Amino acid sequence: MTIAIIIGFVLFFFGLFAVLTRKNLIKMIIGFSIMNNGVHLIMVAIGYIEGNTAPILDKHHIRREAVQMVVDPIPSALVLTAIVIGLAVTSLMLAYAVMLYRKRKSLSIDDYEDLKC
Amino acid sequence: MVKRLAAVIALGLLALIILPLITDIGPLDELGIAANKYVDMAVKELGVQNVVTAVLVTYRGLDTIGEVAVLFIATTGIGFVLRKKNSRGWKPRKREQSEILHVSGRFLLPIIVIFSIYVFTHGHLSPGGGFQGGVILASSILLLFLSNSLFEVNHDIMRALETIPGFVYVLMGFLGMVLSAGFLDSRLLPLGKTGMLFSAGTIPIIYSLIGLKVGAELSAILDSLGGES
Repeated sequence: MTIAIIIGFVLFFFGLFAVLTRKNLIKMIIGFSIMNNGVHLIMVAIGYIEGNTAPILDKHHIRREAVQMVVDPIPSALVLTAIVIGLAVTSLMLAYAVMLYRKRKSLSIDDYEDLKC
Repeated sequence: MVKRLAAVIALGLLALIILPLITDIGPLDELGIAANKYVDMAVKELGVQNVVTAVLVTYRGLDTIGEVAVLFIATTGIGFVLRKKNSRGWKPRKREQSEILHVSGRFLLPIIVIFSIYVFTHGHLSPGGGFQGGVILASSILLLFLSNSLFEVNHDIMRALETIPGFVYVLMGFLGMVLSAGFLDSRLLPLGKTGMLFSAGTIPIIYSLIGLKVGAELSAILDSLGGES
C-alpha cells in the first residue's frame, strides 16, 4: 500500500463527502470530479513497479529484456479511457446544472425537492 | 449538523468495507500475463514503441471506438440540453476583447495547433496520442473564443470534422477484418522501420483521425457552453 494509493483513497472519500453534504449543484459536481481523480490515482498506482520506467520502448530497451524494465501498460491505457469518459460525464452534468438554473434561477438542491417522493 | 454526522458515519462504514480491498494490493513485482505479452509483442508484431498506444489502438481498439462513441453521445446530449433559443439574429452580449489578448491570441494560435498536430501524429513514438492532441486542439478554439469576441464556429466544418473521421475510423476497422488479421488490425499498411514517423501501419492515421474527432467534439462542447448569455 503506497502513498499514492492512500492519497487516492482519501480523495475518493473527500469527493463522496462533498457529494453527500453540499447543497450547491456545482459543488456536488466538483466533488464528483475529485472522486473520479481519486479512482484514477489508485488505478495508476496499482500498475506501478518500483524502479521501472514508462512503457515506451527505445533501442536501449529492445536490446535488453524490456519486460523487466517497464511498468504495467494496461492500467495506464484504462485510465486514459477513464479520463475521457470522466470529462464527458462532468461536462454533461454541468450542462444539466445550467439547464436547471435556467428553469428556476437557483443552484441549491433545496429548491428541487419535487423529485423526492 | 445531524445530516453531516450521518454522512461521516456512512462514509466511515464504507471505508471499512473498501479498506481491505486496498490493503490487499501488494506492490507489483512483475508484469501480468497479458501485460507481458503486450510489452513483448508491441515492437515485434506492430512496430510501435509506445506500448500504451499499442494497447489502446490495436489490442483493445474496440474499447477506443466505444470511448469515442461515448464522447460523441455526451456532446450530442450537451448540444441538445443547451440548444440556443431563437439562434437567428440573437447574440449573447460580449465584452470587447482587450488588445493585448487579441494580439497574443493570434500569435499563439498557430503554435498551439502545430503542437497538437505534433502530439497526435507522434502517438506511436512518444507520450501523447489522439486524445491528448485533440484536447490541445480544442484549447486553441477556447483561446479563439476568449480572444476574439466576433468569433463564431462554422458548423458545417465542425459537422464534417466530427462525422468523416469517425466514419473512416470504423471503415478502417472493417478493412482490417477483411484484409488483415482482425478488427482494427494496424498491419494494413507496411510496418516500416520502427521509430520513424511513417511506421507502425495504420496507427498514426487512426490517431490523427481520433485527434481531429476529439478536437471537434470538445470544441462543440465549448461552443454550446460558451453561447450562454
